[in-house]
Amino acid sequence: MSWSAHLPILPIVLPLAAGALMLLLDERRGRLKAAISLVALALLLIAAVALLQLADRPLAPVYALGSWPAPFGIVLVADRLAAAMVLLGGLLGLAATVFSLARWQRAGPRFHALLQFLLMGLNGAFLTGDLFNLFVFFELLLAASYGLALHGSGTARVRSGLHYIVINLAASLLFLIGVSLIYGVTGTLNLAHLAQRIPLVAAEDRVLVEIGAAVLAIAFLVKSGMWPLGFWLPSTYAAASPPAAALFAILTKVGFYAVLRLWLLLFGGGVGAELLYLGGMATLAFGAIGMLASQDLGRLAGHSLLVSSGTLLAAISRGDGAVTAAALFYLVASTLGIAAFFLLIELVQRARAPGADVLAVTAEAFGLADEDTEPEERPGPVIPAAMALLGLSFLCCALIIASLPPLPSFIAKFGLLAAVLGPQPVSAPTWALIALLTLAGLAAVIAMGRAGVQIFWAAEGRSTPRVRVIEIAPVAGLLALCVVLTVAAGPVMRYLHDAALALHAPQTYIESVLSRP
Amino acid sequence: MELIIALLIGTLAGSGVWLLLRPRTFQVIIGLSLLSYAVNLFIFVMGWVRGGRPPFVEPGAVVDFSRFADPLPQALVLTAIVISFATTALLLVVLLAARGLTGTDHVDGVESDE
Repeated sequence: MSWSAHLPILPIVLPLAAGALMLLLDERRGRLKAAISLVALALLLIAAVALLQLADRPLAPVYALGSWPAPFGIVLVADRLAAAMVLLGGLLGLAATVFSLARWQRAGPRFHALLQFLLMGLNGAFLTGDLFNLFVFFELLLAASYGLALHGSGTARVRSGLHYIVINLAASLLFLIGVSLIYGVTGTLNLAHLAQRIPLVAAEDRVLVEIGAAVLAIAFLVKSGMWPLGFWLPSTYAAASPPAAALFAILTKVGFYAVLRLWLLLFGGGVGAELLYLGGMATLAFGAIGMLASQDLGRLAGHSLLVSSGTLLAAISRGDGAVTAAALFYLVASTLGIAAFFLLIELVQRARAPGADVLAVTAEAFGLADEDTEPEERPGPVIPAAMALLGLSFLCCALIIASLPPLPSFIAKFGLLAAVLGPQPVSAPTWALIALLTLAGLAAVIAMGRAGVQIFWAAEGRSTPRVRVIEIAPVAGLLALCVVLTVAAGPVMRYLHDAALALHAPQTYIESVLSRP
Repeated sequence: MELIIALLIGTLAGSGVWLLLRPRTFQVIIGLSLLSYAVNLFIFVMGWVRGGRPPFVEPGAVVDFSRFADPLPQALVLTAIVISFATTALLLVVLLAARGLTGTDHVDGVESDE
């Protein structure tokens, strides 16, 4: 086996090794831990880019763990979508780590190790080609995310963390029920093998497989925050520390990713499309209303994540390759933008004097004003013209969340609308989707505009915040990536289009896993 | 045999769901534990309930698969038990922290009648 054949396992092994190494180190070795974290992340990004290039071919690279052949052993499948998601996760991990260096890494123990374990679970969930292995990686990333959600402690975090943990434990039990039902009927857990066997299942057993898949889907949709399963999301994300919340922006996408992959691979996108459509539409509406109703910036960002989840779910329910491609582009753009927004929130909150207005009251109600939970700020280089930079970043985040030109989520939404309008005649559900997408964009403009006016233009009780280069750099970096996505929209869209077409033609996936020499 | 196990799983799951919906954190954690027992048994019986069949193949013996139990659900159960044990322990810590910080064992951190 050549070196590049081992590439698919690297995104799992690297964070595992780095995290395990950091567990051995004393809490006082902060600098060393930060260095290990950054080196591991840099290597992870290099591996992810290499994987992205390796995956860009018709038959996806498959890695058989322990060289056990496919239906018996566990395989990792690095197809285009998985490689792109690994890269996206790595970028968010880097941004969150750099941001945490300013102060959040000292707010509680084991921040860097937990972040690495979260990335490991995330990459494993994206790459795995085995249903039970998917469960194990989900549990790994959830266990790390419990720790990160509680990072920094404080009443608000513990209270919403408790809800988060209980809901996810219950969802994990549903996951297990779904997995075992599917295994009981088909006798396999390998995804490609399942895709081959499910059409052959006898008609009287088929309902059992579908019940199993529906139970699985509930577990995934809890994670992706579909209405009515996503009420936990805004409070948990608003209470989490900013670097953790930025990384959590991709956690909702893991649920979406699992739904997309399993639904298209195992059922060819037929069964349950109406439910996905209705659920996505309801999530979109709920998220948009939630954005309008949010007084607190953290909850605003949480609801914008719901809008993004709803858009994605409603889009993939069309079962059309071109729509899925645009949805994937939207996924990348909105995840980067919302992660930058979560980081930015903390910086702009510093500009506000406590008690200046109603927002501060809300902040207190959600425990954001708990001074004792905030870590000490270290003196360091402070950038000038902080307000101007923050304002510019806020504007970019608002443009991405509201899908306005010139940033990439506009291109994605435009592509989405163009693709759903493709087949003539245009049906009533399509018009409803278009109307709701437009209204959600309008709601985002109103909500973000109102928040921006209150922060940047209402002068009462405002002070110039102390913002350090290391804090604004990850925000600027994520937004710069969005600009790059706009400029390089052609090649990125081509790649994601191929990824979407591969998802809609599962035969190549099955072939690449099962017909290995 | 199937009926007894099915009733057992149903009772455990029903009690678990009822406790999960209670407002006290301790009831919630017991509910989750009962639910996870139910789920573990459920995975286990997905490999069929039959006695006297080991999940091993003796070396040299003629292999007749109808005489053996399916080893995979047992491996799955083992993994599921370990994971649910670890996450329950973690939840217990968070539960104690919530009790200490909010001064109540209500899941929302405030008594509902206040």
